[in-house]
Amino acid sequence: MNVSTPVRLSLRTVALGYLFVLLVVPIAVILFRSFEHGFGQFWEWITTPAAISALQLSLLIVAIVVPLNVIFGVITALALVRGRFRGRGIIEAIVDLPFAVSPVVVGVALILLWGVGGWFGGIEGLGFRVIFGLPGMVLATLFVTLPFVVREVEPVLREIGEQQEEAASTLGANGWQTFWRITLPAIRWGLTYGIVLTVARSLGEFGAVIMVSSGFPGISQTLTLLVHSRYIDDYNEFGAYAAATLLMIVALIVLLVMTLLQRTRKSS
Amino acid sequence: MTTISPVSAAITPPPDEPKAVRKFNKGAGGVGPIGLGIATLWLSIIVLLPLAAILFKSLEGGPITFWDAVTAPNALAALRITVVMSFLVAVINVVLGTLVAWVLVRDEFRGKAFVNALIDLPFALPTIVASIVLLSLYGPDSPVGIHISATQPALVIALLFVTIPFVVRQVQPVLIELDRDVEEAAASLGANNVTIFRRIVLPALTPAILSGGGLAFTRAIGEFGSVVLIGGNIPRETQVASQYIQQQIEVDAPINAAAVSVVLLVIAFVVLFILRVFGSRASKREEQTR
Repeated sequence: MNVSTPVRLSLRTVALGYLFVLLVVPIAVILFRSFEHGFGQFWEWITTPAAISALQLSLLIVAIVVPLNVIFGVITALALVRGRFRGRGIIEAIVDLPFAVSPVVVGVALILLWGVGGWFGGIEGLGFRVIFGLPGMVLATLFVTLPFVVREVEPVLREIGEQQEEAASTLGANGWQTFWRITLPAIRWGLTYGIVLTVARSLGEFGAVIMVSSGFPGISQTLTLLVHSRYIDDYNEFGAYAAATLLMIVALIVLLVMTLLQRTRKSS
Repeated sequence: MTTISPVSAAITPPPDEPKAVRKFNKGAGGVGPIGLGIATLWLSIIVLLPLAAILFKSLEGGPITFWDAVTAPNALAALRITVVMSFLVAVINVVLGTLVAWVLVRDEFRGKAFVNALIDLPFALPTIVASIVLLSLYGPDSPVGIHISATQPALVIALLFVTIPFVVRQVQPVLIELDRDVEEAAASLGANNVTIFRRIVLPALTPAILSGGGLAFTRAIGEFGSVVLIGGNIPRETQVASQYIQQQIEVDAPINAAAVSVVLLVIAFVVLFILRVFGSRASKREEQTR
């Protein structure tokens, strides 16, 4: 189907105009707003004690969530691809569940399970605060990021097949050696991609985390909660813009890494 | 000797290879039944048990309490607004998302790679940032004089912002793979562009378009972060279901929150289930025609 030049140009104009108005203009405006009072002011907004401790908390959550997701995600992917057992379809569906659940519903679910009066609520009596504490925020982030590593590693495992692993074990490698020398190098790009997605979502998660956090500045505020509370509670509009811009810069870096990774994977 | 035959390996087993490892590898791949157990336990604790807790809580007071919680005027209004807005957003995405995918595949212009990367931005951007970004443009001190904060159009714009990638990313690969010979054959037989698009291109794209639209819809009904600042949270006007749920938790009405959550979950599952059935049917048909 060969469209004439005027038609092609008008289609292009509509498509690019739509993206321009919906995506580019708002982002340009917020960048302008953040740096309106100079870079020094922006720097001050993102280096207040509350902002630094929010950044530290966000990074701490990432540091806990990523290793857990890597370990259990790879085990789950291996079990799904290499295992022959009944009910695999059900486990596949459970892995995809978090994509279909609203972040707020995730928060409510965790409150009802781990909060006072919940099935696991008794744990609080032992002096271990889950809801309104760090464990709650970690659980919320784990819930929303669970599919990423599994979904990125699974297709790669399926593609490489079992022959190399079988050959390694025939040659006398034990389970660990086979995993470290054969399986892990083969899945490294898929795994990296899954980790990048996990980091991005962990830093950016808002709805699930706000439900289970006490939200005290300097103690239990992540970067996204800081953006929200600066705007809603402090009426500190520019402070909120600055913190949002910081998160946006992180998102842009993530996007860049994703694009580069996709190229590496295609060429390898 | 580069290969060890199984027989010689069995006669002289290397010291660091206990027999259990062999069984382990042949059982369930690299992780075995223990791995499957760990995976199941992990999924249960993180995903299944919390969702089970929500279901039990919503039914704790019996079916009548559940029904009352879901049909409370504000709950019903929030659900209706959520579904109507999400449907509208899905339809806009279907039309404009397909158009964007078309332009990205069939058109050539400078900066196309940049535009292509831009599509993924809403996925990478935290939702609260999306809300702030839109607020800076359409909020109280809008530089362009558009004040739509706390209105339904603001909801639609926020939901469109976060759902742009779905249809585009579903349609794009199908369009790239599409065989252009068929289109050229149709053209040489005298079909005009409208006919070619309607009879050849559109049928091939339909499964991808619908699945993109369905994914955008399920994302939109659960959306919270991007509407929380710009939506206004006005009951029966701009309050969406997720905001209603949060409000019910704040006023300590967990059964109401759980009941509306269950409704949201059911809607999302039904849509995804239909998509899955439809998708597998479409791929079967494709196999048959080949």
